[in-house]
Amino acid sequence: MENHRTYLYRRIVEAKLFMDENYANAIPTKIIAGVACFSEFHFLRLFKEVYQITPHQYLTSIRIKKAKQMLRNGSLITETCALVGFDSMSSFIKLFKKHVKLTPSVYAALVKERHQEIRDRPLAFVPDCFIEYMHWNK
Amino acid sequence: MIGRLSHATFFVLDVHSAKEFYANKLGFEIKTNVPVGENGLWLTVSPPGQDIEITLIPVNHEMMFKKDTSEKLTELIKARAFGFGVFECSDVFATYEELKSKGVEFIKAPMKGGGIPDAIFLDDSGNFFGLCEKKDK
Repeated sequence: MENHRTYLYRRIVEAKLFMDENYANAIPTKIIAGVACFSEFHFLRLFKEVYQITPHQYLTSIRIKKAKQMLRNGSLITETCALVGFDSMSSFIKLFKKHVKLTPSVYAALVKERHQEIRDRPLAFVPDCFIEYMHWNK
Repeated sequence: MIGRLSHATFFVLDVHSAKEFYANKLGFEIKTNVPVGENGLWLTVSPPGQDIEITLIPVNHEMMFKKDTSEKLTELIKARAFGFGVFECSDVFATYEELKSKGVEFIKAPMKGGGIPDAIFLDDSGNFFGLCEKKDK
């Protein structure tokens, strides 16, 4: 029984890792379920049971996470939208705003500003006690 | 009046290797990444959704520790003497399988024992952490 559960967990994890690697492509749930050798219905039920979210919600969360990474690294919004697997710019902006509470352009501007501040005044981002411990003020 | 805890410190052997481990294997977010001077790095990370920042401090930093203290700390970390906390997850068995597939070392696998299932893993330095299922699952 324990071995069977372990086997099921491994298959679910395999599907999750498949999404981690293929988030940039349009991947229907049926395909993801197929990777783990589950029927679509069985896969949806088990995935939700294990991760408390649906595979679609998980896929969206990876895409948003990757979009944030790309915007932090200076990518353009249009390029980011295309490379993280969103269907359209409008759905990207809508979902990004829902998850991050900011539009991609505002997020990118704030990140750019923060990076500039870090370059100009790095110690302003470090607690004083650590600056002293590390002797970074000398 | 004291407010919420904002930062917690984990001592690590190599901050750059720890950055890769915490971000890419554990999936933590990098909150602050501030290069200071030639070799200094102020690095904080957090598990997704957590606002407490974990500061990864290298024990081999010549300026922060005296040589003998640094050596003792390094020895203790390598001897797996330090455990800094317990992380929650929605399903400990699935998280165990996922982290193991990414090369994370476990010193205790989860089991169905009647209590809250948990596991213990090591970071890339040798610090150990508990992994526990959310009680309200």
